[in-house]
Amino acid sequence: MEQKMEEYAIIENYLCIKMPKEVDHHGASGIRECADRLILDDKVKNIVFDFEDTTFMDSSGIGIIIGRYRKISCFGGKVYAINTSERIQRLLRSSGLSSIIEIIA
Amino acid sequence: MLFMEKECAKKEQVRTSKNEIYMEFDAISENEGLARVVIAAFLSRLDPTVDEVDDVKTAVSEAVTNAIIHGYGNQGGSVVMKAKLSENGRLSVDIVDKGVGIADVEQAMQPLFTTGAENERSGMGFSFMEAFMDGLEVESTPGEGTSVHMWKDFACRTEKKQPLLQAAVWNRDSRL
Repeated sequence: MEQKMEEYAIIENYLCIKMPKEVDHHGASGIRECADRLILDDKVKNIVFDFEDTTFMDSSGIGIIIGRYRKISCFGGKVYAINTSERIQRLLRSSGLSSIIEIIA
Repeated sequence: MLFMEKECAKKEQVRTSKNEIYMEFDAISENEGLARVVIAAFLSRLDPTVDEVDDVKTAVSEAVTNAIIHGYGNQGGSVVMKAKLSENGRLSVDIVDKGVGIADVEQAMQPLFTTGAENERSGMGFSFMEAFMDGLEVESTPGEGTSVHMWKDFACRTEKKQPLLQAAVWNRDSRL
């Protein structure tokens, strides 16, 4: 499956990650590696996952978010999921993530 | 009204015809997307809602990903996807691998249980399959492989919508 390149931006101490159209196991390792490099390099405190372009996600997306949350939460950072469709919100809620991250429609 | 009846009759006709597909593909992550596209296309004749298509795509994605990363340990192999539409509007999907198998299926199906923690697997795969399909059965023999059988029922929704639509049409024409 062709997948749009993820985009990353650092605004103040927020790392913004534009999630791809389809978030699955196939694309997960690329997002993980890029995000973790940026977290180390720029002393990012908080992470924002932007789901604007995302039309499909499975449990691999949950894994990506939990992994990043573990990395930054011990330094007091917060994780946000923005531009979430009803579908994405349902996935995040049913996996219990809504209690540790901020979900914004 | 007549149009609606015809539409429903057409759907009934589509529903009553059986259809089956069989697909075998290499256990590489690129094919997760392929399996999703195929199942969505196969399902389209049941006239599903966007949500229903997403439900099935998610469940298939989970099962295929499991086969690739757990069954074959990312070392390649072959995954079979069988899908069947039956007369009663039921879609069943089988995802079969000949990988390492699961010693304790019950434990594997527990929410959050994962053997892939180092790869950040969330342990939600089977939970999502259960949540998004109407039924799930997992058979596995260590050393021989795993077979995931799941199904979802699609009712003729047009019938349920009819009274509402009927009222709307009648009001517009100022009859009744």
